[in-house]
Amino acid sequence: MEYTAEQAAAPAYLDAATAAPLHPVARQALTAALEDGWADPDRLHAAGRRAQRLREAATATVADALGVRADEVTFLSSGTAAAHAAVLGGLAGRARAGRTFVHSAIEHSAVLHAAARHGDSAEVGVDLRGRLDLDAWRTAVSGPGVALAGLISASHEVGTVQPVAAAAEACAEAGVPLYVDAAQSVGHAPVPPGWSLLTASARKWGGPPGVGLLVVRKGTRWLSPYPGDDLHRPRPQGALDLPAVVAAAASLRAVLAEAQTEAVRLSALVDRIRATVAATVPDVEVVGDPAERLPHLVTFSCLYVDGEALLHALDRHGFAVSSGSSCTASTLRPSHVLEAMGVLSHGNVRVSLHRGTTEADVDRFLAVLPGVVAGIRKEAGM
Amino acid sequence: MIEVDSRGRRCPLPIIDLARRMPSVPVGEVVRVLADDPAAANDIPAWCRMKGQEYVGSPAEGAYDVRRLS
Repeated sequence: MEYTAEQAAAPAYLDAATAAPLHPVARQALTAALEDGWADPDRLHAAGRRAQRLREAATATVADALGVRADEVTFLSSGTAAAHAAVLGGLAGRARAGRTFVHSAIEHSAVLHAAARHGDSAEVGVDLRGRLDLDAWRTAVSGPGVALAGLISASHEVGTVQPVAAAAEACAEAGVPLYVDAAQSVGHAPVPPGWSLLTASARKWGGPPGVGLLVVRKGTRWLSPYPGDDLHRPRPQGALDLPAVVAAAASLRAVLAEAQTEAVRLSALVDRIRATVAATVPDVEVVGDPAERLPHLVTFSCLYVDGEALLHALDRHGFAVSSGSSCTASTLRPSHVLEAMGVLSHGNVRVSLHRGTTEADVDRFLAVLPGVVAGIRKEAGM
Repeated sequence: MIEVDSRGRRCPLPIIDLARRMPSVPVGEVVRVLADDPAAANDIPAWCRMKGQEYVGSPAEGAYDVRRLS
């Protein structure tokens, strides 16, 4: 492999689906909120009241952005913590109705780990494009003893948007609450209504890391799975990072104001990546639905290529991407999402764009990629 | 039966072994890949789909049969 290749003109960060670069509004709000946000908003003194006002303003901003009531919104310490709270709390609240957690085969690992901890779950498959099997979903949610159903709004690995509205309808008919993991959608694409619980993660939309969002709609029974004194209302475990919460809320409002324009721009860049990769890299499979997809995310798999070698080679050229290949996972197992779809799991690359991504970044990536893939294949003797 | 022994080799090596062996497999014949990497169970059928070959199935754990169609 050519390790001496000239580094591309400027590095390009193309892993926004893991964490997007901090939005300038988030940076500004974070700095400003440090002034009062250190105090405990639950204390009955002046400093506490100032912190409380910050928390209330942030909550109101997020509630307004998502079209929900302020008392339905809870900030938690991460998207993962929010997903755990949604699944385990949603199941606990429905213990009298049943025990089974129905979920898609392509949920985020945070949801799957919570499901595994719970123990009683039923998985619903997806097709080759990563879209939920709605018939199987309807059958599963209407079965006996179903306590909760979980569906990711759009695949975090391949970008395919899920039929949330139809899935919610099936849940409503069965009287089962629906939890939607909207981490990849919030800030990028609208989430249809009909859900009972929703989670998101601020770092996916350009907010700071360490802020998760849990929304529990009125009328949904939620029971805390954690030690604590208020069992019926979600609360963060320990002190909240209030400055980060303020920054998350402010950046969400800013991101939503530009979301439609950005979606059009990024979606065109993703179209270009999909078409160019398929045309310039031999033996490649561009995966996910080409139309019903997130605007900013694209995944492809290259035959005979080691995913880890590909990530490192692209990194040397200045491109940050991620991969669902087994050699890049701590478990050494291929991505459960790619497996559920039945698409090639090795040589996998996920490219995810953000507001700072330029056309020139994408073109440089597309110019470098075929040579990088060819180099790795040559080294493997292919 | 033609056998490709890729045990102990991590993905994508079993797929590379299979692809290298394919030209010497007569059209219509079945080649059996032995692989213990967990990705092989997913990637061998995916390779068949991409390359227009037939995935016959997995007769035993860690064994995958592929028929050459073209």
